[in-house]
Amino acid sequence: MSFRIVIEAGKAGKNYWKDLWRYRELFYILSWRDIKVRYKQTTLGVLWAVIRPLLTMIVFTFVFGKVARLEASSNVPYSIVVFAGMLPWLFFANALLESSNSLIGNERLITKVYFPRLIIPVSSVITSFIDFLITFVLLLLMFVYYQYAPPLRILFIPLFWILAFLASFGPGLYLTAMNVKYRDFRYIIPFIVQFGIFISPVGITSEQAMKVIPEKYQWLYYLNPMAGVIDAFRWCIVQDAPNPMLGYYFYISLIVILLFVGLSIYQFRKMEKNFADLI
Amino acid sequence: MSSPAIKVDNIGKSYIISHEGQDRYTALRDVIARKAAGVVKKSKPVLRKEEFWALKDISFDIKQGEAVGIIGRNGAGKSTLLKILSRITEPTRGRIEINGRIASLLEVGTGFHPELTGRENIFLNGAILGMSRAEIKRKFDEIVDFSGVEKFLDTPVKRYSSGMYVRLAFAVAAHLEPEILVVDEVLAVGDAEFQRKCLGKMNDVSQKEGRTVLFVSHQMDAISRLCQKVIVLNGGNIQFNGNSDEAIKIYHNKMENTSALARWDKAGYMPGNELVKLVEVAVVNEQEEIKDILDIRQAIGIRMKYMVLQDDVPFTHGLNLYNAEGVHILSSHDIDTAKNNQSGKKGEYETIAWIPANFLAEGLVSVSVAIMSYDPFLVHFHENDTVSFTVIDSMEGDSARGVYGGPFPGIVRPILKWKNKRSI
Repeated sequence: MSFRIVIEAGKAGKNYWKDLWRYRELFYILSWRDIKVRYKQTTLGVLWAVIRPLLTMIVFTFVFGKVARLEASSNVPYSIVVFAGMLPWLFFANALLESSNSLIGNERLITKVYFPRLIIPVSSVITSFIDFLITFVLLLLMFVYYQYAPPLRILFIPLFWILAFLASFGPGLYLTAMNVKYRDFRYIIPFIVQFGIFISPVGITSEQAMKVIPEKYQWLYYLNPMAGVIDAFRWCIVQDAPNPMLGYYFYISLIVILLFVGLSIYQFRKMEKNFADLI
Repeated sequence: MSSPAIKVDNIGKSYIISHEGQDRYTALRDVIARKAAGVVKKSKPVLRKEEFWALKDISFDIKQGEAVGIIGRNGAGKSTLLKILSRITEPTRGRIEINGRIASLLEVGTGFHPELTGRENIFLNGAILGMSRAEIKRKFDEIVDFSGVEKFLDTPVKRYSSGMYVRLAFAVAAHLEPEILVVDEVLAVGDAEFQRKCLGKMNDVSQKEGRTVLFVSHQMDAISRLCQKVIVLNGGNIQFNGNSDEAIKIYHNKMENTSALARWDKAGYMPGNELVKLVEVAVVNEQEEIKDILDIRQAIGIRMKYMVLQDDVPFTHGLNLYNAEGVHILSSHDIDTAKNNQSGKKGEYETIAWIPANFLAEGLVSVSVAIMSYDPFLVHFHENDTVSFTVIDSMEGDSARGVYGGPFPGIVRPILKWKNKRSI
């Protein structure tokens, strides 16, 4: 008798992390399903992961670079500067949208089978993350096109992939849990995504933003977790970008990211036992 | 091995239902007026909250290797109990101990994605049910074999017929190898042949492999075939826990207000008049034991006991049979008694009408009985819905359906003589 489960009122969480490990293959399977389904439902399949950032980048380069004439701040092609910020931002936006709908989209699973519910939103973030990695191929193509050699510190990028993952996972998880109970949240998320791209250093660099913001309010800019993440990506990719880790603003973003992860896991765990009754 | 597979201790589950404090029917004018008033006064519609206990402190034990059925009407708490056992929802009170790997099947094909192929869905569904990829790979051929859809493995399941879909889904579930299997009314889907296959598989699981099975169904024949013990739930409480024949009887009593035995108290009301009064009606098998589940291959007796209160009254017996849809299957009068116009002394009498074997179709049959005189025609009593019984086909191949397990409609099911010859 190796398995013994005790179900007790209010103590559902006892074996949670053990169960999460036992069901670890489900992370992979659910992400695989989402990718596979998208691939089958759309003719262009995975290409969509590439087309969207490419088009957004072109528009942003045109608006911010050519119309607003902001490109002078760097010797690196402006498209690459924009793209370096665009990639993590689009990942964040996608992860937020996908994960917040993930529980409601998988309602059947939640009401009919047991497994740690955390797997569902995490898988959807993983799915967006895979799209995100694919877009890096596009970045490489742009290097070739512009005959641009990235700095050696680009090798640090996997580290910031993880950071971007955590930055997306925290708010994503939080919104997912809230969305089950208060369906209004699904209207808030597109708003966050649309609004957020302008308060994040995507079309402009954060140095350009800092020039506009009075010094004593600058830290507020970094309460946006993606501000720090995008700065870090840009540092890895753009030759003359400053190292954000030398200033303390980056750490504000980092702390916000970690707080969000902690808070959202706590919130999710608290709400998750009622999902089957609520959904 | 002496510890129970499942030990349920005072489990209760409550839901909060909120009613909006509004009249059921309101004119749009009122709604607008109230909304307008609400804006001005910032008043919210009154919310009444009500606690509803779907399960009320239930306790029971299930031994290892036992096959236990759970029956009860809609809303009796069956699904809630299964959801708690499957850890989909948490109990409000109480404690459950489960010894062994548990798998629950509350739905066939949970997580199946219509866009994915059969092959892909096997892996997806398996993983969702808790199988590892290595385990699925190992059992893959067996699963495909059981499902019988090997030709369509690489077709998206949205192109499957509903039968194929269910077969594939059950095949995956059937190859889970838990020590405890919890199954909801999943057999209600799919055709009869498939249902038979599923039942067979579940029989294997419980009897040959000695696993513990917990089975919820509305199909009493499936329950009686599969389970030795049955728990009857009623309004969130356990009404009965024990022998399956008895449990089904209790359930039917609740449902149809009849069982295989109806008896009238001699001190109280008895159907009849000053000449004849009805004492008892019972359904019996060939051994004349009272049964409410009868094999289609056996004759079924309707036994009537009555009191004759005057000497030399000429009368005869009659009965009617109805099926679950209310179709009047047949009427029968006891023509021997009528022909002889026999009459006897005062006293208690007993008569049995034998319905031949292989005559009634499977399903629930309800019986009405009567005693009447012919000349002049007079009904002494005609009692509707006195007793009921269920005819089952054990599907061993020697009934009218032979080896065919599919749908077999009709209100009677005799074995006919077929004469075959070559004509050209």
